[in-house]
Amino acid sequence: MINLLKRLALFSILLITVFSAFGQEEIPFEPYEQTIPNSKISFNMTPIEGGEFLLGSPETEANRKEDEGPQKKMAIEPFWMGVHEVTFGEYEVFREAVLDVNEDGSEYMGAGGAGVTRPSPPYEDPTFGMGKYGYPAASMTQFAALMYCKWLSEKTGVFYRLPTEAEWEYACRAGTNTAYSFGDEVDSLDAYAWHYENCNDTYHKVGEKKPNPWGLYDMHGNVAEWTLDQYSEDFYTTIEEGTSPWAQPTKLHPRTVRGGSWNDDPDALRSAARTESSMKWKRRDPQIPKSYWWNTDSPFVGFRIIRPKKQLTPDEMMEFWMKVLDEG
Amino acid sequence: MERKKTGILRRDFVKGAAAAAGGIIMTPLVSNATTSTYNSSVDDTIKIALVGCGGRGTGAAVQALSTKQNLKLVAMCDAFEDRLETSLGNIMKQEGYNADEKVAVKKKSKFVGFDGYKKAIDMADVVILATPPGFRPIHFEYAIEQGKHIFMEKPVATDAPGIRKVLATAEKAKQKKLNVVVGLQRHYQTNYRELMKRVHDGAIGEITSAQAYWNGGGVWVRPRKEGMTEMEYQMRNWYYFNWLCGDHIAEQHVHNLDVVNWAKQSYPVRAQGMGGREVRKGKENGEIFDHHFVEFEYEDGSILSSQCRHIKGCMNRVSEFLHGTKGRASTQGKTSITDLKGNVIWSHRDRDDPNPYQQEHDELFDAIAKGEYKYADAENGAKSTMTAILGRLATYSGQLIEWDDALNSDLSLMPKKFAFDAEPPILPDSDGFYPSAIPGVTKVL
Repeated sequence: MINLLKRLALFSILLITVFSAFGQEEIPFEPYEQTIPNSKISFNMTPIEGGEFLLGSPETEANRKEDEGPQKKMAIEPFWMGVHEVTFGEYEVFREAVLDVNEDGSEYMGAGGAGVTRPSPPYEDPTFGMGKYGYPAASMTQFAALMYCKWLSEKTGVFYRLPTEAEWEYACRAGTNTAYSFGDEVDSLDAYAWHYENCNDTYHKVGEKKPNPWGLYDMHGNVAEWTLDQYSEDFYTTIEEGTSPWAQPTKLHPRTVRGGSWNDDPDALRSAARTESSMKWKRRDPQIPKSYWWNTDSPFVGFRIIRPKKQLTPDEMMEFWMKVLDEG
Repeated sequence: MERKKTGILRRDFVKGAAAAAGGIIMTPLVSNATTSTYNSSVDDTIKIALVGCGGRGTGAAVQALSTKQNLKLVAMCDAFEDRLETSLGNIMKQEGYNADEKVAVKKKSKFVGFDGYKKAIDMADVVILATPPGFRPIHFEYAIEQGKHIFMEKPVATDAPGIRKVLATAEKAKQKKLNVVVGLQRHYQTNYRELMKRVHDGAIGEITSAQAYWNGGGVWVRPRKEGMTEMEYQMRNWYYFNWLCGDHIAEQHVHNLDVVNWAKQSYPVRAQGMGGREVRKGKENGEIFDHHFVEFEYEDGSILSSQCRHIKGCMNRVSEFLHGTKGRASTQGKTSITDLKGNVIWSHRDRDDPNPYQQEHDELFDAIAKGEYKYADAENGAKSTMTAILGRLATYSGQLIEWDDALNSDLSLMPKKFAFDAEPPILPDSDGFYPSAIPGVTKVL
């Protein structure tokens, strides 16, 4: 009898999985709040309409770097984007098995039930004493950020991922062509961003500054944000106008990080500014092999998630995770 | 001028070391970096042995090989063959040096088991000691007897007899002018060096109190496997057994305690504190505590409050604070000095600082290649490790423990015999749980 009930329960879970999960269900293209199932933690997503925009910066822009050009007109598909950077509170549910539970309080074992691959213990404290709950999650590798996205996708039944570099810049610019989404005036930056001069040597709680025109907070500064792309200096010379480009990574470094951080000066916070990851971000990790999950020297890098409006099928999703997580 | 001075020092060093090693003729160590007229012939090569091939040992070997000196890894030793092979594989894979040229570890220079260290050490000029800390005193003693320069990881012992052995050996190293660097890498880290310069110059006045923290979520657990002897299980899962690890107050928190000793330029005279196993108390967690809170008292009456914790989901913090009569210093976030009102009077942006783990090897091998005697870290390494052990004795017993009593204790944690079929000094009960200290009951002296 108990076995039968168990099987029925399992069956209904499978049904739910098939019909409501994996983004098969259409929802209105509106802002929404996503609760991480069986936790008290939630986050807000806001719709970003698709459209065309000019990627990169004009040669006339102050402090422009060579890798920000040539400017090209790209076409971006619609997606929802996290209103805020992912916080340590959210990341903690993934990191700590005791917090990641089913409805009955038992440990969540992943969509397949085989267990969740969780971040390894960090060598030191990844917050570096700068704050935890309400603060942006930082110090993780791009792999760890992607593993969070994969876990969150399985757990919520909605496909979440990192934005591509182009999607990120499109959302950051929010229809503007200026150095920052509020204009070209560095003097106005303090109202919108935490950067080296005004941050008191630390990241700050998400959402304390003014948002950009599309309602996204901390796109400039606070923590820099991982994207899906391999970094290459001449990337824009290789892409075709009218597409939505993705430099699919083939090696661990460099990958592209956007938005600049509390540890950067204003020029690195510009909408077009690109930062490349490197092994230096692990230089104080004393072990070999070094951690796949944590960087000892990038307390200024976090991430933000998106939900593509056109969701992937389960097969496509599996293929996607294999593609982005296959780094050995 | 520079070269001449170096030459004299080098000859002194070679002579001194050779005499001390009982007349064995030392390989001349000549830097290939001093002048281009020197070819890097085999005779000039500094030979390195790695003893302890875990993640840290592998990291240290790679850092040694990444220095600009002419050197070769010639021998490796670990208790376990699989650990040794994995380590060698990782060393060969690292970028930044030509592994085919720099690594010459052949089948007959791989030593496995408890006794292999002697043969590995014999083959080298410089030895990297990175096994679990319980073995350090034995390995250090043998390596110095054989006249080798040393890079050794912290902590340097797990009990008082071990500390005394390291202190005695440190003296011998001094007499023989053998360089010893201990992996308390904050001493080789720019922000700490800059801070200490100022603290010692009186920037915050007299230090009246301090805080030190290593509060984190804990470390790895290695599962017990079918067919493992108890000794093998403990060796694999060494973090959780005191004879091997010394508890996390020694294994990790020694870094922070050492920073305060460095600032104070002295060591505590007594300690009392509390600790226990609040959350992490499974069979797989051996005997160590998951938290310690200790008050250390220095000779001048100033107090160091120390916290270390291995509990998930709590506030994390790894840093130190110094409170002086004129100001305060902090290594939390950006290293800084403030006045008593909290105004920042100095801070250090560490963005472009060198990697301290590399720096300690760069400096050590530079000195060795030039024949200079510059580094004698072992005494401080031993006394800072002793500080952590003092803290552990205080939390385990719940008593006020005097430094001198602790240091002179004859209580050894080590097994009587080192072999995989020998009995370790602590055994699980019939349910598989290990006994751990009970404050108020446990005797530590």
